[in-house]
Amino acid sequence: MWLLNSSIGKKLIMSISGLFLVLFLLFHLSMNVAAAFSGEAYNMICSLLGANWYAVAATLVLAAGIVIHFVYALILTLQNRKARGNDRYAINARPKGVEWASQNMLVLGIIIILFMVLHFSQFWYKMMFAELLGHHEVALGAATVSPQDGAAFINYYFQGNILITVLYLIWYAALWFHLTHGFWSAIQTIGWNNTIWMNRWICISKIVATVICVLFAIITIVFYVNGVGGDCAAVCAGH
Amino acid sequence: MDKDINIILKVWRQKGPKEKGQFETYQLKNINQGTSFLEMLDILNEQLINEGKDPVVFDHDCREGICGMCSLYVNGHPHGPATGATTCQLYMRRFNDGETITIEPWRSAGFPVIRDLMVDRYAYDKIIQAGGFVSVNTGGVPDANAIAIPKDDAEMAMDAAACIGCGACAAACKNGSAMLFVSAKVSQLALLPQGKVEAARRAKAMVAKMDELGFGNCTNTRACEMECPKNISVSNIARLNREFISAKLQD
Repeated sequence: MWLLNSSIGKKLIMSISGLFLVLFLLFHLSMNVAAAFSGEAYNMICSLLGANWYAVAATLVLAAGIVIHFVYALILTLQNRKARGNDRYAINARPKGVEWASQNMLVLGIIIILFMVLHFSQFWYKMMFAELLGHHEVALGAATVSPQDGAAFINYYFQGNILITVLYLIWYAALWFHLTHGFWSAIQTIGWNNTIWMNRWICISKIVATVICVLFAIITIVFYVNGVGGDCAAVCAGH
Repeated sequence: MDKDINIILKVWRQKGPKEKGQFETYQLKNINQGTSFLEMLDILNEQLINEGKDPVVFDHDCREGICGMCSLYVNGHPHGPATGATTCQLYMRRFNDGETITIEPWRSAGFPVIRDLMVDRYAYDKIIQAGGFVSVNTGGVPDANAIAIPKDDAEMAMDAAACIGCGACAAACKNGSAMLFVSAKVSQLALLPQGKVEAARRAKAMVAKMDELGFGNCTNTRACEMECPKNISVSNIARLNREFISAKLQD
């Protein structure tokens, strides 16, 4: 099977899974935008998704996407290190025009994955996973809340918590670098590129990365300062 | 004005493919900056021979930037600090008095060291032999306008054909990938009507050979393009990906 055996096939797997994850980021971002304006709207989304079969199915597909992207990153990197030979260059100069991110995609990816562990332990583990185990209430600090009360989770973790906020901002920075190279590189691997579109794709890549990461960052800072939008007392207290 | 400069050379010395190599340091005095880099190495070798030592082995041939024989990884750059030029087109006026110049061979699993700075680049020939040609007998030279080719296509094919197969792309690549070379050799034919007929077979065969020879996977860092002495564009790599994927999808 050429997709699994050839170098271009393996890169195509990286490319498609990467683009799929970019689409997911946009989807995730749109949900968070809702939370910045209204905790009530966000909780509506949370209950819409919850642990319903379609949300669980989509989560499995997403997890598969992440696993494939990560496993192939390891396979390709190991092969590439081997292809470099046993003796390393004594002097390495990064040529002008080579982006730093492009040569450090694996490191950036690992940073992103480590933060994902934090993120999942804070949200997914206590929300969808708790619900799948049949819990209708989870402990959140001193309080007990519904696993579908996403707004309460956001307020609990972010509001006034500078450490978590800064950690998330570092995460977005790593993600930004990863996306600035990853997006156009994925397009190039599929073959949709030429001398004219090269600079356009690199520009679009930076725009996509910036839109995603800056919006996530703004929303995170809003959560830190204000918590979720809207009249939170009504939303977050009782449920 | 060109001056005479004193330089220190750190040169990779390795007796054979299986031997362990190491750097040796040499002093060179009063090298005129108008000297070419390879002439400077000739002076070094003369000095070494007079001292009764083994001269440094390095590849070179035409010394005018068209044959692709010279290599050398100078101060962290394949073909040295100049852009769009081969090592033989590099002159000592790029370097300052008292400077230490580090000279290494291409380092890539696909290019094993033969001795000192000379590496075995036969792998590129094998990739060409796998399909980098047109296999029909084309007969005599046809009339100039018998086959109309759009100007842009002809230009792009010519730009791709400028590749001299020196191996700087794989040497520059952190992944040891030969994609720029293979893509140039696929593109120069795929862009022209004479080469289109066998385009699918060629892309598959050359990529398969490249993978088999142990070259790495391209991650689009563009280091190859930036270091290429012939300024081959990575848009050729996009074309190769396109050719290869569509050829495989048609199977």
